[in-house]
Amino acid sequence: MNKTVNQKAWFFVLPVVILVAFNALIPLMTVVNYSVQETFGDNTFFWSGVRWFEQILQSDRFWASLGRQLFFTFTILAIEVPLGVAIALTMPKKGPWVSVCLVLMALPLLIPWNVVGAMWNIFALPDIGLLGKLLNSIGFDYNYTRQTGDAWFTLILMDVWHWTSLVVLLAYAGLVSIPDAYYQAALIDGASKWKIFRFIQLPKMKRVLTIAILLRFMDSFNIYTEPVVLTGGGPGNSTTLLSIDLVKIALGQFDLGPAAAMSLIYFLIILLTSWIFYTLMMRNEEQ
Amino acid sequence: MRVSKWLVPTLYIFFLMLPIYWLVSMSFKTTNEILGGFSLFPQNFTTENYVKIFTDPTWYWGYINSLAYVSLNTVISVAAALPAAYAFSRYRFLGDKHLFFWLLTNRMAPAAVFALPFLQLYSSIGLFDSYLAVALAHTLFNVPLAVWILEGFMSGVPKELDETAYVDGHSFPSFFFKIFLPTIAAGIGVAIFFCFMFSWVELLLAKTLTSVEAKPIAAVMTRTSSTSGYELGLLAAAGSLTIIPGAIVIWFVRNYIAKGFALGRV
Repeated sequence: MNKTVNQKAWFFVLPVVILVAFNALIPLMTVVNYSVQETFGDNTFFWSGVRWFEQILQSDRFWASLGRQLFFTFTILAIEVPLGVAIALTMPKKGPWVSVCLVLMALPLLIPWNVVGAMWNIFALPDIGLLGKLLNSIGFDYNYTRQTGDAWFTLILMDVWHWTSLVVLLAYAGLVSIPDAYYQAALIDGASKWKIFRFIQLPKMKRVLTIAILLRFMDSFNIYTEPVVLTGGGPGNSTTLLSIDLVKIALGQFDLGPAAAMSLIYFLIILLTSWIFYTLMMRNEEQ
Repeated sequence: MRVSKWLVPTLYIFFLMLPIYWLVSMSFKTTNEILGGFSLFPQNFTTENYVKIFTDPTWYWGYINSLAYVSLNTVISVAAALPAAYAFSRYRFLGDKHLFFWLLTNRMAPAAVFALPFLQLYSSIGLFDSYLAVALAHTLFNVPLAVWILEGFMSGVPKELDETAYVDGHSFPSFFFKIFLPTIAAGIGVAIFFCFMFSWVELLLAKTLTSVEAKPIAAVMTRTSSTSGYELGLLAAAGSLTIIPGAIVIWFVRNYIAKGFALGRV
């Protein structure tokens, strides 16, 4: 759509800008303040420059958490996106079953995050949980509270359970927006199922899929409540993701300086990745 | 081929329902039965967990508090996002693209980063432990999302609609409220759904910003588990009840749920 230039449009966006600025800029400045100061707990602060940043960037603990975070994010993206597309492709396109499918699939999205964690915590217990009992009875030695591999398996399975539906909903929306004429043309040309997917459905889903990937990337990088309730970052530190580590430092040990520095580094990583992604998307749009 | 058509969605929904079934099934068991051993169905079917929740004010006020700040947040987010989304979809103005991206960056802000600064900010302006504090805090991620969704729906409405309305003698407010908003009603529904959903499921900020008066249901649940051991049956009942409000909301917008994303720009 060709838009008219109108500087007065700023008045329309003003409420949003004020609201978000209040919530984003003031807290962000507080974090920046802490990140360059040192305190001994009596409300006196000393300038400490970039010391906390150096400390964080040189600590093995930070890099280990970041590594786990990246592993988690890329694993769930690699599972949820193809799975979500596959499910969207097989969903009915019309009829009463569409509503039933959509509502049932959206249910996991609507459960509070601590309930999701608590639910999986019990669901996967080897002695009284359905999943744990099932896995053990078919011969796996499964115990997610003690074995690192099992803890990761449960964490990833929980996230797949929780969020694949978001990808399904978005991919489905992209699919139903394809006009029937496209399929009829493909039928006349005798195109195979794969060719229809590759040259009609996938290009039409590109935009919604980029949104899905962007949302899943941001949210999985921010994930906190579910893994804390499920595994508490354990066994040991094996499932301690970035945000869990951050809260441990900030609220657990009350090390405000390092925690603030870590927050900023954390935020910058998300911002940078999303910015690269966003720019690439916008470039595609304009073509 | 016919079989595989419905097999995949059916298996997927079965997989989704399993943990939910387990939760609901536990809510009808006593805590002793849950801890006592494995059983696929409740052996001694009981509704005492639900009775407890509906008779104990600490419990049911948790739900009322949660619903109160979620509704307040939804109203604020959508009301603020409507004019902004209109501006983004219709006009070009200084810094519009940067502004749009800046709004999106707030969707990326980890709640863990903002928990402590939010506590200090809302304490200092005297809003700590009020519905408004949580509702305002949640606008941080809901307003960008609402703008994003609404902008998508609004871009799908041809500009001729605006022009025809002016020719017909409508003023801007009259056009906006009487013609434009009804046209994008579906989009507003979807925006409401997503705002409701993300505010309803977010707990870290909601817990940090409240203590007694506005305590959300999630905080009531964690408190119960720590003081009196694990009352699993009660927790399962409380958890099952948290699914209901979302399920009601999604029923109303089920046909429009994802269209907004398919229409607009990114």
